[in-house]
Amino acid sequence: MRHIISILMENEPGALSRVVGLFSQRNFNIETLNVAPTEDATLSRLTVTTVGEDRVIEQITKHLNKLVDVVKLVDLTEGSHIERELMLVKVKALGAQRDEIKRTADIFRAQIVDITPSLYTIQITGDGGKLDAFLAAMQPVGVLEVARTGVSGIARGEKVLSL
Amino acid sequence: MELLSGADMIARALHDEGVEYIYGYPGGAALHIYDALFRQDKVQHILVRHEQAATHAADGYARASGKPGVVLVTSGPGATNAVTGIATAYMDSIPMVVLCGQVASHLIGEDAFQETDIVGVTRPIVKHSFSIKHPSEIPEVIKKAFYLASSGRPGPVVIDIPKDMTAPTERYEYSYPKKVRMRSYSPVTRGHSGQIKKAVELMLKARRPLFFTGGGVVSGRASEALTDLVRRLNFPITTSLMGIGAYPQGDRQCLGWPGMHGSYESNNAMHHTDLIICIGARFDDRVTNNTSKFCPTAKIIHVDIDPSSVSKTVRADVPIVGPADAVINEMISLVQGRELANPDALEAWWSQIDGWRAEREGKLYEPSAPGEPLKPQQVVEAVHRATRGEAFVATDVGQHQMFAAQYYKFQRPNRWITSGGLGTMGFGFPAAMGIKMSYPEDDVVLFTGEGSFQMMMQEFSTCKQYGIGVKIINLNNQSLGMVRQWQDLNYKSRHSHSYMESLPDFVQLAGAYGFRAIKVHTVEELEPALEEAFRNKDELVFLDIYVDPREHVYPMQVPLGSMRDMLLTKTERT
Repeated sequence: MRHIISILMENEPGALSRVVGLFSQRNFNIETLNVAPTEDATLSRLTVTTVGEDRVIEQITKHLNKLVDVVKLVDLTEGSHIERELMLVKVKALGAQRDEIKRTADIFRAQIVDITPSLYTIQITGDGGKLDAFLAAMQPVGVLEVARTGVSGIARGEKVLSL
Repeated sequence: MELLSGADMIARALHDEGVEYIYGYPGGAALHIYDALFRQDKVQHILVRHEQAATHAADGYARASGKPGVVLVTSGPGATNAVTGIATAYMDSIPMVVLCGQVASHLIGEDAFQETDIVGVTRPIVKHSFSIKHPSEIPEVIKKAFYLASSGRPGPVVIDIPKDMTAPTERYEYSYPKKVRMRSYSPVTRGHSGQIKKAVELMLKARRPLFFTGGGVVSGRASEALTDLVRRLNFPITTSLMGIGAYPQGDRQCLGWPGMHGSYESNNAMHHTDLIICIGARFDDRVTNNTSKFCPTAKIIHVDIDPSSVSKTVRADVPIVGPADAVINEMISLVQGRELANPDALEAWWSQIDGWRAEREGKLYEPSAPGEPLKPQQVVEAVHRATRGEAFVATDVGQHQMFAAQYYKFQRPNRWITSGGLGTMGFGFPAAMGIKMSYPEDDVVLFTGEGSFQMMMQEFSTCKQYGIGVKIINLNNQSLGMVRQWQDLNYKSRHSHSYMESLPDFVQLAGAYGFRAIKVHTVEELEPALEEAFRNKDELVFLDIYVDPREHVYPMQVPLGSMRDMLLTKTERT
């Protein structure tokens, strides 16, 4: 099963490599990874999506918790949560297709954020499935480049991940 | 407040931390630190002859004393040579602080002379690591390193120190913190009371209970409490290889140790038990054999200070995360005044166990007749007698290690010093040095083989320099015995590279350093040689004991089998 683990860790050099290294060292799998500092400059928030049986996920969270740089973590998929990914995609946009691409982007609530005479750069947010569906819709016109952030997430309701 | 250079801060901080010995080897990036060590006399530096030996010596010291071992090496090859020793300590949860010189900050990343990213190299084999970014951080980082290394589940901590951080020209205020707090690190101090109650109820109701305890009881200083609990309940106990000595061996309740070369009664008891009370052991693959056939009828109580050890390889029914001593003491207070629900079942369980013991009694190995090559087992037994079972025993890795574990009976914890997890050949000699330096009044025995010994034999020179009187028992079978055994069993005796050609004359080799050395071939020569070796506790003596190269270690579990599936001799199996 797929899990989204969100981690608050010390914003220190080497902390990221310890987390990433742990996954390869213990043969755990990383689907996506996303990391940035938080409102507290001493902390970074790292969100990783991984796939595994419950026993493996239990080991992953235990080993992550053991890392001295990891302050706190939560498995978002244990409860109701919001997950988002941002994607920037360049597609070929020529002649009549320019209108069609614009209409498709509107349907997906995506925005065209840059244009040239021959291509559009489109920004879209959502969960992974929505982004995949948009890419599939764009395939016929020609996808030139894709940049995805990986999943970021937060729990619904009153639950807060903080110190 | 005092102003000190980074290098002087290191020397001072080590003293303030109570460090007695540092094992190390100098080099360019560490020279400011070495100069600071020269200008003080509080902390003694021991110059080894290879950085790997520094880590093993510090490790041996740590295992015997329970205090963190300290290592100082230079950058690049100095640091990479230490890697095997760091990994050895990591696998066995041994507290160690390794100070590594590093090239100056402005050179990092430029492939400077003797530059290695040692923090990167050691990342998977340390509990934590630090890189010094400013000299003023040094006291706090050192305090944190010792705190991390020795608290919770112990382990090695690396501190990377760029050369400019120790420059003699820059001085900063020095004060050594009494305590450090880290918001992301707080080891548990007691177990969950509800879980402990649940565990105790299971223990009182069990029909065929078995304690299985490991290195966590030794490092958690819980040996006395454990002995008390086990005796109160009159349950059998088996200790893992790392846990040997935490409960007195030879005691009626002690079944020896379980696993690949564990005792017949231990492995059978493990297979048939209905309740394993595991404390501070981690069910590694050398213990469990095939996990899907492991202990089919047992419920498992698993006490460990490290939550990630619990339910890692074998699912625990009652997980308890906490330090061994606190949990055991809580168990003791709960069993006080309580009675076992099934005392008759426990009686029957004991008769079953005594039956297994009787089956193998006197059949473990055939001692050699006069004139025949010595059996390694009988050498270990003779050393046990010669030292009254009270020596510190360090080993290398292989057949001799298993024989030492099987036939030397330990009465106390911290006396059995072996590389259990990583299985590092070359570990024993430097580890024995580290022990002997701290326990000069005790006998320190190294069981080794001619294969392992040659991996660290340069340390003869260190022993000569510091007058380290370890007793080296070289069980010389002129082959890599354990490899050869596996080749006999699994590769139709094709002895691929397990034969040591061109062995040195060890007696002459030891003699070259001025040490007494004796060759032993027969049973008649053995006792007098041991007598001579142990006459003077301050003297290094090397016994080159020729043993039967055809001997195998038994019992040996059958691969992919259950705990009770064992080869008992070359021709018998369960």
